[in-house]
Amino acid sequence: MHGFEFYVDPSRCIGCQSCLRACEECETHRGHSMINFDFIDRKETIGTAAYVCWHCDDPTCAQVCPADAIKKGEDGIVHASLKPRCIGCSNCVLACPFGIPKIIPEYDQMLKCDMCYDRTSEGKRPMCATVCPSQALAYVRPDEIAHRREKPTNAFQFGNQRVTTKVFMMVPLEQDSVSIDVVDYMWEERNEPVSEAQP
Amino acid sequence: MAKPTVPIQALAQQYGPHLNYAPAGGWRAESTHPYSLTKTHCCFCGQQCGIQLKVHDNQVIGFEPWEEFPFNRGMLCPKGVKRYLQNNHPDRLLDPLLRSEQGFRKATWDETLDFTARRLREIQERYGKDAVAVYGGASLSTEKSYLVGKFARVGLGTRHVDYNGRLCMVSAGHAYKPAFGVDRSPMPWSDIPKAQVLLIIGANIGECAPITTDYVWRCRDNGGKLIIADPRITPIARNADLYLPVRPGTDLALLMGLLHVVLRDGLENRQFISEHTSGFEAVAEAVQPYNPQKVAEMTGVPPQSIEKAAHWFGEAERAIALHARGIEHQSKGVENCAAVINLCLATGNIGREGAGCAMITGQGNGQGGREHGQKCDQLPGQRSIDDPEARRHVASVWGIPVEEMPQKGLTAVEIMEAIHRGEIKGLLSLCFNPLVSLPDANFTREALEKLEFFGVIDFFLSETAQFADVVLAGSLQEEEEGLGCSAEGRVIHIRKAVDPPGNARQDCNILCDLARRLGKGKYFPYESTAEILDELREASRGGIADYYGITYDKVDRQMGVFWPCPTLDHPGTPRLMEGGRSFHPDGKCRFMVTEWRESGDPVAKDFPIYLTTGRVVSQYLSGTQTRRIGELVDQYPDPRVEIHPRMATAHGINEGDWVTVTTRRSEITVQAMVVKTIRPDTVFIPYHWPGERSANRLTHRTLDPHSKIPEYKVSACRIRKADGPPQWWLTRSVNGAQPPVLQANAKERR
Repeated sequence: MHGFEFYVDPSRCIGCQSCLRACEECETHRGHSMINFDFIDRKETIGTAAYVCWHCDDPTCAQVCPADAIKKGEDGIVHASLKPRCIGCSNCVLACPFGIPKIIPEYDQMLKCDMCYDRTSEGKRPMCATVCPSQALAYVRPDEIAHRREKPTNAFQFGNQRVTTKVFMMVPLEQDSVSIDVVDYMWEERNEPVSEAQP
Repeated sequence: MAKPTVPIQALAQQYGPHLNYAPAGGWRAESTHPYSLTKTHCCFCGQQCGIQLKVHDNQVIGFEPWEEFPFNRGMLCPKGVKRYLQNNHPDRLLDPLLRSEQGFRKATWDETLDFTARRLREIQERYGKDAVAVYGGASLSTEKSYLVGKFARVGLGTRHVDYNGRLCMVSAGHAYKPAFGVDRSPMPWSDIPKAQVLLIIGANIGECAPITTDYVWRCRDNGGKLIIADPRITPIARNADLYLPVRPGTDLALLMGLLHVVLRDGLENRQFISEHTSGFEAVAEAVQPYNPQKVAEMTGVPPQSIEKAAHWFGEAERAIALHARGIEHQSKGVENCAAVINLCLATGNIGREGAGCAMITGQGNGQGGREHGQKCDQLPGQRSIDDPEARRHVASVWGIPVEEMPQKGLTAVEIMEAIHRGEIKGLLSLCFNPLVSLPDANFTREALEKLEFFGVIDFFLSETAQFADVVLAGSLQEEEEGLGCSAEGRVIHIRKAVDPPGNARQDCNILCDLARRLGKGKYFPYESTAEILDELREASRGGIADYYGITYDKVDRQMGVFWPCPTLDHPGTPRLMEGGRSFHPDGKCRFMVTEWRESGDPVAKDFPIYLTTGRVVSQYLSGTQTRRIGELVDQYPDPRVEIHPRMATAHGINEGDWVTVTTRRSEITVQAMVVKTIRPDTVFIPYHWPGERSANRLTHRTLDPHSKIPEYKVSACRIRKADGPPQWWLTRSVNGAQPPVLQANAKERR
């Protein structure tokens, strides 16, 4: 849908898993949910996170695919593997920094979130973002998201790899990107894995 | 005697709950089937979200979000997403059933209805009219609820008719009606994002009213401060600007403490109090002793937090207080709600945009189901059954002499107690599963076994229906036209999507046919639900919940109509008490004095731990419907006991250990969930399950003296690590790790 963007805000998530239940109702992969969902650490917190594929500008999954089965459309959507090409090797599963692709054994194929291509191409919002009761998953216009307490970013730092994405993460106002590795917060002379750093 | 003739396990084998995972025809079917969409509402919970059901060949095969419906704008919780799987469910009762040596046998409608009418008549002739009681349910449409009340009072002539909404928000109703002269949320939900301060007490919104979460978050986006009082850090509590970890059963002290600080520091709205209220001085005096120090000792909430919450609420120009079962399910439930109202009245937060208080009604038609006469103390239009004028009006609409109108009867729990005492001998129940939902389940089972006649109208064989002499196969929400009313007071239209399958019949049809066989057919001549609605409109006319101006067409056009709506050209009333004027004749809102008292099941040396019960997001009430939907069961398969690590360590309990929880009634053994999100003096168990997994075996029958709501939220218990898994777990692992999955669907799964 023109002018709409996808925003993910784990701080709003209430862990209801409506997104998982709804995702598997989608026409293209009925019975299989493509949502990633985690209880962060249930003992310590009620916090949960639900997220979809981030649809990278330069998708790692496609880079590592030996069968050239993963395509990105002009609209920025990174699609599930092409059935005739996918060899089920799991390279994409291992390489994706976000842990998104899934091998579905009964299809012997990688499937992933395509942001409900069948719905968005018909002017409907993606299923998960439509039903999400807390709007932790939201598919709205940028001016609507601007009313929120948090601000969107689409830059993620995984060690040396900087990934920019079509989907936005809502972060605190003072933050510009999301960094996953503790190394990015450390002072080091050389940028190297923590385990190899000499005292 | 109403006793199953075969073991419960044998009945469960045949009638479920079985798990339905895939839509009719399987997951692949939909793309090949043409389907139509029916705009209607979810059958679960008081939010009454708009939803479109996909219909093919008289079967509901899926759903599509309904984004134009203003309340939820397409949003749905997992129950809503999967609600369509209750339709075309293999457990569905397709024929009326009669008790037999083999459990139940299929029978004809003539046989079962004749039998039901004959037994009801025999009992009434032998023991008197009031020896028969009728139970209704708050998931029934408004027309059905109306009909249940009329059927009991006219068809049977008994005064004992009550419903399972008695277990829901009646404490709120019994506070709001004396305070404001009306029992409804005073404001539409669209007010919530406009508040500067939101106080949420005893409401697990994220799990029990999920769509309201979005309203709460939007309030925060607008700069609103969120205060949450709850013994647990619920999903929304983790974003609270101020979290008050109130000890179970002490909410009243906390609320009185807040008002104490407001008055001590002069934050009250003197002008509002003098212009719009009465009874302020007595309340001010009552809260005088509740200083923050004393309240902290009672509630476990730090004095500074009490001060801060009171100042935020009192200093805000617009503040809203929301509450639900957490404060209502107490033996002082009415006083808890009254204390919320007092706080709002004292600060002038009522009848303005972004200011007010509201109960978050929990059951599907929890609002509409309580307005038109299936409550033992009310006649249609939320009229009091004690009011001579109301009796005359309704008797004339019904065409009966006013002296034949029965007086007020017993409430739901009291009816079960009267059955146990042998005073009530016959029971007809629709849409109610008291064996799971009433407190002290062993007592409920004993009572059911004493009934001389027990008839049930339902679509699945619930755990309670297993005890019935006759089960009349009724209709699902999507199989009958009707109205509902949501938590915010919006009357909505439940559209019929499909016909009842097999020989199952619509509930209204069954009740009318039964009335005919009782010789009262002339009072039940309806050809359609629309005719019932027309009579209901007349019966409610001039009452508090005035539906006279509400028609299906108008509800469709306006996407819901807020009552009261007294004339056909009236737009409805989203915000009650606009400008501070109540529904009392003098227009004043009334303060109500509240008085502290101990829980009916106090903690003591033998039972030193608080037990509180509630819901999880994937299950609904007694689980009759949701324990049959595969994905919802998988999301939270069995009850677990939430224990703080501090308490767990003291008892040598680790995550996943089996723990026996014992109260003064009984004990159950469930797995531990060791979490820091609960007070260390409290444990929590959700209540959706029957038998050995039933949290309501532990709860007690102490009732609020006014609302007669049971005190589900406060029991005293002790815990110990169990030696091993309980019987229910062991027998199940023999038969397979999970409840039986139907073969047809098992293949479709994953």
